[in-house]
Formats: sequence, C-alpha cells, structure tokens
Amino acid sequence: MAEFNLPKNSRLVEGKTWPKPAGANNLREFRIYRWDPDGESNPRVDTYFVDLDDCGPMILDAIIWIKNKIDPTLTFRRSCREGICGSCAMNIDGTNTLACTKGMDEVSGAIRIYPLPHMPVVKDLVPDLTRFYAQHASIEPWLKTETPAPEKEWRQSPSDREHLDGLYECILCACCSTSCPSYWWNGDRYLGPAALLQAYRWLIDSRDEATGDRLDNLEDPFRLYRCHTIMNCSNACPKGLNPAKAIAEIKKMMVARQV
Amino acid sequence: MSQQSSTSLRTPLGRVRGLGAAKSGTDHFWKSRVTAVANVPLTIAFVVIMLMLSKRDYAGAVKLVGQPLVAILLLLFIGSATYHMRLGMQVIIEDYVHSEGKKVALLMLNTFFAIAVGLASAYAILKIGFAG
Repeated sequence: MAEFNLPKNSRLVEGKTWPKPAGANNLREFRIYRWDPDGESNPRVDTYFVDLDDCGPMILDAIIWIKNKIDPTLTFRRSCREGICGSCAMNIDGTNTLACTKGMDEVSGAIRIYPLPHMPVVKDLVPDLTRFYAQHASIEPWLKTETPAPEKEWRQSPSDREHLDGLYECILCACCSTSCPSYWWNGDRYLGPAALLQAYRWLIDSRDEATGDRLDNLEDPFRLYRCHTIMNCSNACPKGLNPAKAIAEIKKMMVARQV
Repeated sequence: MSQQSSTSLRTPLGRVRGLGAAKSGTDHFWKSRVTAVANVPLTIAFVVIMLMLSKRDYAGAVKLVGQPLVAILLLLFIGSATYHMRLGMQVIIEDYVHSEGKKVALLMLNTFFAIAVGLASAYAILKIGFAG
C-alpha cells in the first residue's frame, strides 16, 4: 500500500528555539524543518526570530539572514533570488513555492518552512531531485527533426510560436510535481506535471518532427494517465503556469490520433 | 521500477525508463469518459424508475420492471455503471496498492466483482421481463 505515515525515524520532533536577536523589537517567528544526515536523530523543527528592521522583505532574505546572523548550519539552495533559477523551491506556509518571490507579508503568523514534500531529503531544506531531473531527460526535451537542417534556422510562424507561451517559461523548480498526490504515491512510474508540461512544450512545437514518437513514449497507464486532474500543480506553480492544462492537452492528442 | 531497491546502481534515467511505455491507457481513458457520459441520463432514468417502484406493491413493481422500455433502460444502466465502476476501481487499486502480487490479485477480484454484480442484476431484470 501507499504509506500514509512517516517511518518512525522520519517523524518530526520539536527542535531548538534560538534566542531572539538582542535589541530588536520588530521580530518575525520562523519554524523551519531541520535534518542532519550525519546524525542518528529524527528531523526537528527549529524556531528562529528574524529582525525585520535588518532584513529584506522576502522569505529568502529571512532565511539568508538566519544563516548569516543566527545559525550558519541551516542548509538550503538559492541562487538568482528573482524567480528564474528555481533553486529555492520549498514548502512555505503549506504551499510549494519559491522563497525568493514569496513575501513575508503574504504569510500570517509564524512562517513554517519545510522541504518540498515527499522527496528524499539531502539535508534541511534540500531535497534530492535526481529522479525529477531524470524524468525531464526521459521526455527528450530538444528539437527532433529528420528533414535536413535549413541553411539558417528552422522557421516558425508567429502564431505557431504563440503555442509555446505558458510552457517555455517553466524553470523546473519542482513545486508542481512535489505538490501532486499522484506523484507522491507513484512518482517512480508517473512522470509528474513538470516533465509532462515540458513534454507538451515539444509536442506542440510546430518545428518538431517526432510528435508521434513522443506520444508513443507517453502512452502508458502510469507515465501519463496517473494524472487525475487534482490541479495542485497549477495551484502551486510560482510562475503562474498551468501544467494540468498541458497534461489535458496531451490526453486530447492521444484521443485525437485514435478516433 | 518500484520493486528495485533504492540502492540499485542503475542510472536514474534507466530507472525512469523502466520497462518502457505500455502503449496503452488511452482506451481506458476514453472508455471511462464514454461510460461517464452515458451514466448521466441512465442514472436519472434509474432514479426515476426507483421512485416509481417505491410507490408500488410487489405485483405492480414486477409489472413495471417487466415493461420493455423500463427493462432496457435498467439493463443499459447496469452495463454502463458496472463497467465504469470496474474502470474506476482499477485506477484506485493501481494508485494505492504497490505490491505486485496484491495488486494483480485485487485487479482480478475487481473484474470478477463487477462482472458478477452486473450479471446478477441483469439476470434479475431479464427473469422478470421474460416471465411476464
């Protein structure tokens, strides 16, 4: 059966409450998931207090502030701090999103931060995305043609190019796939919304000549049809994309080539 | 593949590709939509027939079910509903039951159950229809 309870050694315990910064009177409470692979202890939730008068407005600003000023062992990924690299995807206030584009003012009460759900944890807020990237590779995200390459570029009309809008913007942050219950239970066989949105980005590209092969590769009860239109993916996407619609379009293409 | 241990040295891409695409699933998807659409009018007809039956005594109920139009509507409902039920339960089993042996056994039982329920219901309706 699918496992609905965490294994004993993965259950959360109450962690350390770090001292409030001295002299600060504009504080915000953070409750952050911590797990150290080098110890035997269970994951814990640590409590920190951030001095808002000394910190930028975004959640990422706050956890960088914590790492610099309170606890240098707090581990997370971050790079561009402007929503284009996808590194700082994490579960904030119960929703998968990017720490860099989520403002502290968008959350009421203590700000709870956990790693992306249902992925192996490398350390603290860093999930192991190896399989997620392999799933993206498996849909062969590149232009495939047999016609000899033209002297200049493969041409595409502006209206055909418009079909790629809402698809090419995906930054592979994994917020959508890790919010999907179907991906939680069957992530080893279901490709998940991110990989399927990317698959559709190549299926709908007017320059691509491998549409049929791409559909063949997806026609599977698990790879594609584990999507039960739960729509968490579209709710979670920090870029405002709609993976659920892309998956529905793939299903329509599957039916279109049969009836 | 789910039965491979996470410590296998197989590459991540090799694991994701697994046994390859089954090249099926669309038929299942399409049939569940077709039976869902069919179930809309058939369920309404079924509920109306049940309400009519509730106001009759045994002899009156048998007479109503024995009418060709009523019997055919009921048979269509039974066929479409049990087929849809089997397709839906199959998806739930595949979603949540991950041990291969248990999964295959439950998928078989699911099919047997749907056929048994459908056939028993159809037999009852036909018996009334032809006896009358």
